[in-house]
Amino acid sequence: MAGLERQRQLLDFALSSLARRPMKNLASLTVYTAVVFLLSSVMLMSHAIRREAAALLAGAPELVVQRLVAGRHDLIPTDRLATIRAVRGVAAAGGRLWGYLFDPAVAANYTFLVPPDRSIAAGTAIIGSSVAAVRGVGPGDVMSFRGYDGRPVAFTVTSTIAAESALVAADLFLVSEGDFRRLFGIPADRFTDIVVTIRNPREVRTVAEKIDAALPDARIILRDEMRRTYESVFDWREGMVLVLLVGAILAFAIFSWEKASGLSADERREIGILKAVGWETADVIGVKMLEGLVMSLTAFLAGYGLAFLHVFHFGARLFEPVLKGWSVLYPEFPLAPSVDEIQMASLFFFTVFPYTLATIVPIWRAAVVDPDMVMR
Amino acid sequence: MLFHPVIIALLLSSLTSTAMVGASVPFAVRLLRRWDLASGSEAQLLLERRTYLVSTLVQLVLLAQLASLVLFVFNADRMASLFTGAMCAVGTLEADRFGFPALYANIALFFLAAAWLTLDHVDNRGWDYPLIRVKYAALLTLAPVLALASLAELAYFLGLRADVITSCCSTLFSGGGITVAGNSLAALPHGLALVLLCLTLLAVFALGLRFLVGGRGGTAYGAASAAAFPVALAAVVSTLSVYVYELPNHHCPFCLLKAEYGHVGYALYIPLFAATACGIGAGIAQRCADRASLAEAAQRTARCLAGWSLAGFAAFAIVAVCLVARSHLILFGPSAWRPLAEFVVGGGR
Repeated sequence: MAGLERQRQLLDFALSSLARRPMKNLASLTVYTAVVFLLSSVMLMSHAIRREAAALLAGAPELVVQRLVAGRHDLIPTDRLATIRAVRGVAAAGGRLWGYLFDPAVAANYTFLVPPDRSIAAGTAIIGSSVAAVRGVGPGDVMSFRGYDGRPVAFTVTSTIAAESALVAADLFLVSEGDFRRLFGIPADRFTDIVVTIRNPREVRTVAEKIDAALPDARIILRDEMRRTYESVFDWREGMVLVLLVGAILAFAIFSWEKASGLSADERREIGILKAVGWETADVIGVKMLEGLVMSLTAFLAGYGLAFLHVFHFGARLFEPVLKGWSVLYPEFPLAPSVDEIQMASLFFFTVFPYTLATIVPIWRAAVVDPDMVMR
Repeated sequence: MLFHPVIIALLLSSLTSTAMVGASVPFAVRLLRRWDLASGSEAQLLLERRTYLVSTLVQLVLLAQLASLVLFVFNADRMASLFTGAMCAVGTLEADRFGFPALYANIALFFLAAAWLTLDHVDNRGWDYPLIRVKYAALLTLAPVLALASLAELAYFLGLRADVITSCCSTLFSGGGITVAGNSLAALPHGLALVLLCLTLLAVFALGLRFLVGGRGGTAYGAASAAAFPVALAAVVSTLSVYVYELPNHHCPFCLLKAEYGHVGYALYIPLFAATACGIGAGIAQRCADRASLAEAAQRTARCLAGWSLAGFAAFAIVAVCLVARSHLILFGPSAWRPLAEFVVGGGR
């Protein structure tokens, strides 16, 4: 208990010492908070995007089979469906029709898709919220596009897709199979690709190998691979931004060193008096480290809190293009707030560790002053 | 893989730590050669002043290393999703040949760092720098281990490739397949592993209580704590993990950390590591009590550490018993006890 009381008294002393030099400490605290804010904004945002992508891919098909011709993606013949369905372990297989169309009017790409249940009536379309906004159309309006043969293909918009699913549906056009084939000139015996559902998730890899053996010209994409690629991409982007910010961390460490080195005459006298009344060098170092700890915790909590607000309430305006990617019809989607403990730990290593290291030498220099010299 | 945020943080910490401790080595050598407390020369005064800087630096660096072991394992588990074939930390560590060496080096560093911090703590309680030479000689032993651990970590992270197909824990800890240290641990019979664990823990508790009550046998308690660590790990790999997974052939010590098993691994490993480190520290502190200026302080520190260590081992034991009790797996049915019963009923004939 005596040890605890001693620490409480030291903390009390450290706090009053910080309060005696408000301007100097406020400047350090502001820079410290800004560094934590920058780093934690990057980390919070990339973590949230990773989660979003993982949630999205959870609903993706286990296997996608595409045909390759000369190393390029090509349309797959419909008879391949029968070959795939014959593979033991396959629960279901279905052909997909999807593609991109460039709209010169708004210089944007739309994604055209035929829904799996083929529920759209011919001549109609359901459109994504961003398409509706950028073209200024709504239910009942007619949109017309130039087909593959130059003839126009017209769609009557029946409804728009809710903004909540903007992440996947911002630039989407849901159309009927006949209209899709007429627009892009795709023959009736071809699909864009084939999606496969597997009965036992543990056999995905084995089934993929069997399909690969049965269809040598096919490229098989596993959901796990897609998930892994997304994770790697976002990890890499986050890491790149952090490496760029290492310069800021270094500048911050030098700043902290300078601030801690610049002892005023008052501070030196204060330390001299403390040593004259019996404080050990280790005690002075202890109290100065405690001051650093208070600064670190305050800056860490304030910076992290501000970054949380920045990312989850203000849309992370500072890093959005770098981490999310960009496009004319980019979906506006709010990120779901989430905190990751491993990120907090690594953030601690990025900020508190360099700060504490940078201030040790100045603290030691201050602590070993000779009381006789400074009080004279 | 080098641009993974946690990897950058771990490398930042380990390389800075190595640089700091490396920079302290020339000072340690100078101190070992020239330290003379009776002298009032300027060089001696300078040495005395510098010890505060070096001690504080090394303290901070070693504390960071203790934390980075936890981060290293946690990250290895998390990164399993990035490698084909990896189900937990084992897959991530197997993805490069330096993975397990980096882990073992970090574990060794953890205990060496804890021992050095104990020495430093006890030394600071005495007015005449009683352990200064021991402390800096120990730093010279610790520095190469830290450098090796950092190099292994760097080589591991540089060698990580996402396109590598790695091995799942079931091929490593199933008694067949690839051979690592865990294989022989997994092959240990369940009964033997549990009996060894019980006997070791009983010995640890007996020695600990004897030291706390009578003040004797601190060094023996330290040695017993160090010996209990591998025995406990062997029991976890061979038997306790089997009880948690309720699968007789799954022995992975890392899957215990996963959410699907309620992160029970942390409840086992954190008390075990802390108890071992504190136990070794208690032994070291007790050994220092023969210095005149430390007679009382070292004894007090040793008792305090022994208390924490006993609490840690007790927590480990309680968690282990709970894991066995709540498991639906029955490894020792009535038939397992029949030979013993026949022996008793038959009067030992």
